[in-house]
Amino acid sequence: MFDLWDAQTILVVLLYVVFLIYPIANLLKLALFTESGFTLEYFQKFFSQSYYSATLKNSFVVSTLGTVFALIIGTLIAYFFTMYSIAGKKTLRIFIILASMSAPFIGAYSWILLLGRNGVITNFFADLGIQTPEIYGVFGIVLVFTLQLYPLIFLMVGGSMKKIDMSLLEAAENMGVTGFKRFYKVILPLVVPTLLSSSLLVFMRALADFGTPMLIGEGYRTFPVLIFNEFVGEVGGSAGFASAISIIAVIITTIIFLIQKYIANRKAITMHTLRPIEIQKPKGVLKVVMHLFIYFVVLVSILPQVYIMYTSFKNTSGMVFVEGYSLDSYRRAFSGMSDIIWNTIRIPFVALILTVAVGVIIAYLTVRRSNVSTGSIDIVSMIPYIIPGTVMGIAFLMAFNNGIADSGILAIGGTTTIMVIALVIRRLPYSIRSSVNALQQIPMSTEEAAYSLGSSKLNTFIRITIPMMLPGIIAGAILSWITMISELSTAILLYTVRTQTMTIAIYTQVIRGNYGVAGALSTILTLLTVLSLLILNKVGRTEDITM
Amino acid sequence: MSEIIINDAVKRFGSITVIKDLSLRVKDGQLFTLLGPSGCGKTTLLRMIAGFNTIEGGEFYFNETFINNMDPSKRNIGMVFQNYAIFPHLTVRENVAFGLKQRKMDKETITSKVDHFLKLMQIYDYADRKPDKLSGGQQQRVALARALVIEPDVLLMDEPLSNLDAKLRVEMREAIREIQHKVGITTVYVTHDQEEAMAISDEIAVMKDGIIQHLGKPREIYHRPQNVFVASFIGRTNLLEGELVHENGVAKVNLNCGYSFLYPRLNDEKDQKIQVSIRPEDFLPGEADGMKAKIVHSVYLGLNTEYYCVLEDGTEIQMVEESNLNDTFEDGHETILGVKINKINVFTLDGSSNLSIR
Repeated sequence: MFDLWDAQTILVVLLYVVFLIYPIANLLKLALFTESGFTLEYFQKFFSQSYYSATLKNSFVVSTLGTVFALIIGTLIAYFFTMYSIAGKKTLRIFIILASMSAPFIGAYSWILLLGRNGVITNFFADLGIQTPEIYGVFGIVLVFTLQLYPLIFLMVGGSMKKIDMSLLEAAENMGVTGFKRFYKVILPLVVPTLLSSSLLVFMRALADFGTPMLIGEGYRTFPVLIFNEFVGEVGGSAGFASAISIIAVIITTIIFLIQKYIANRKAITMHTLRPIEIQKPKGVLKVVMHLFIYFVVLVSILPQVYIMYTSFKNTSGMVFVEGYSLDSYRRAFSGMSDIIWNTIRIPFVALILTVAVGVIIAYLTVRRSNVSTGSIDIVSMIPYIIPGTVMGIAFLMAFNNGIADSGILAIGGTTTIMVIALVIRRLPYSIRSSVNALQQIPMSTEEAAYSLGSSKLNTFIRITIPMMLPGIIAGAILSWITMISELSTAILLYTVRTQTMTIAIYTQVIRGNYGVAGALSTILTLLTVLSLLILNKVGRTEDITM
Repeated sequence: MSEIIINDAVKRFGSITVIKDLSLRVKDGQLFTLLGPSGCGKTTLLRMIAGFNTIEGGEFYFNETFINNMDPSKRNIGMVFQNYAIFPHLTVRENVAFGLKQRKMDKETITSKVDHFLKLMQIYDYADRKPDKLSGGQQQRVALARALVIEPDVLLMDEPLSNLDAKLRVEMREAIREIQHKVGITTVYVTHDQEEAMAISDEIAVMKDGIIQHLGKPREIYHRPQNVFVASFIGRTNLLEGELVHENGVAKVNLNCGYSFLYPRLNDEKDQKIQVSIRPEDFLPGEADGMKAKIVHSVYLGLNTEYYCVLEDGTEIQMVEESNLNDTFEDGHETILGVKINKINVFTLDGSSNLSIR
């Protein structure tokens, strides 16, 4: 029997074929075929010249280091938060979440202002005759990655630790396993699956980040930077080469994804929590060290944001900050860029509505109507998760600039539509996950009860299913919203003057050295993020945040 | 009000046949119970009646209406689920009114009907509460009110009491029985709890492996079970092997433990090996004529005491006696166990049919 949901299935399949499979296939074609036919020339070029292939190694080095540090810091703080009472816990939590929510490159540019060649901290220590470490290159990138990504680990691992049953810890204590030994003998093994999945998420983010290495890397070029430069570089005809590099990037992320999945499946654990962990009061040295550690980390991670806010009120003269404070930067930001601020609301908003709607539909199809076609939708919908934003940008541009297969149909290059759809496709995997989680908590029988009372399928979906999923949907939507307003790596390739958003404007202002305006725009963006988080805190619980 | 008629129902999940050629008829106004161990197909059958499971074969009717391909929302059924399936975002009143709203009734009719059932189920005082503020028993009452208010042709209940504690379970089953009588609605009730089934049913179908093993009134099922499975699933029983012989045309049972007795009920059956089912309460200890038994171990349960005994041939049996202040039998005590011959059942050796049913 053909029903509403079969129609939805077809629509969703169509959506993914046009806006995901076709662009990627097109990218593959560009990478492998020139006018003279099949060629591996681009791949040879990449691997034969260390100028190109070294970016691979570079990307791996900074992503691995960033992941390891984020993992250590995030897990430790999650452990402390789970086990002990900490002064100002709730506020700290908000700050930690906030630290992860801004665009990474904003952190990078703030660190340049702080620790760069003419940075405030650099100069302060130079006056004392102390030389601060070189921020450009590996150190800077890893610093930004770590501070940006440990909150994700903290949130995911913390959520998982919360599910540990208190009696497990008591049983361990009974057998003489206490203190730090208990941490790595009992608690860590129980959260291994989450450690793995959160590490993957963090690693993928680091690997795909374009803004940070672009700004702070200087000579240290990573993969996404190379892809971007090769694509927008002055020398023409590099689209094919950029495509080839993109394909290599996707292959690598896919392999990492599959390995993680394989390990995670073998380590899967189900926990039944009857009694949650009771929070203890820390004592003595532990209390002091723990507080010092947490406050230091949180302070360092929000320092960039705070400093940018500070600079936004400083007077500027050309490219340098001068004495005195004013709202000049804001005046200039608003006078020339009100369109940009409007774009930053408009484009993500439309994208958000679509993401949530499609996400809920796909979640419903995969959970409630599981069959071969919905199963494949489930798999395909996860593909954007492993495609770096820059690659997605290039794929979209090449696929739709002259319409599908250069036919002029769907020639949406340079339009708002392409920006919206790119955001939707990229954010869908997360939206689907949060909807699936919400849906899985609703017993099938609730919907069956509605059917038995004479309610049609559509009516049941709208009156029963959606309202019950709502808390989960809203939490997911707000997170999507925050991610979308700070998105850079795809938008930077797809934007035009008319569709420029704040992150792009901040990026270009930073590149041009207009730190005052960049600061003002960043501050507005941060306020928008804080506001969204506060709303999330009101309607949902930040505990529910899943990445 | 409806009669439910099922002819040759077949249910397959993939290549596994869960129900094969099952036929039954639930009479109008009857409370009919599907009873069986988990995995016997009882819930599957119920969900086929409800329309939540596809039907691979056979015919389902409500009176003359063929319902095989009818959408669940069109069948006019009331269903009560194991987990209540109350809509958590709606108040008690909104939950109960949900089905009436689907039927596009006017507001006043809805209010008066809802009020009537809220009062009937004694939950009127909670009408404006959200379900999470209610106890399990109250939630179950909401579920029942919600199912009944739409005046369904058939009421389906899927283990409705299994999430309640023992005391409330007894209370609720009385309430269900009473309401069902009052409303007079044809009801199919699924449970794995035999005592519950006995207490509320007009008729019971005992199921195993997708087949109805015995369909009958509660008394028949307990006292004259169709086969050995039913005898041991309903209540407890001791199965002793033996032989049926005839002496001068009178049937006689020779048990392997050495005890023999006349059993004229089977005069017309031919000589054969048999299984004899004797329930624990049907022994008479201390009789002159019976089987020799040694008490191994006893469990004091208040009202009764259970004795675990060994017969001469090594067979272990259970016996139940009313308790006294002083234990009648010490462990190791030897006695002769008489048997209430009129209450035993004699089965064929393979246990598939009850020879005592005539």
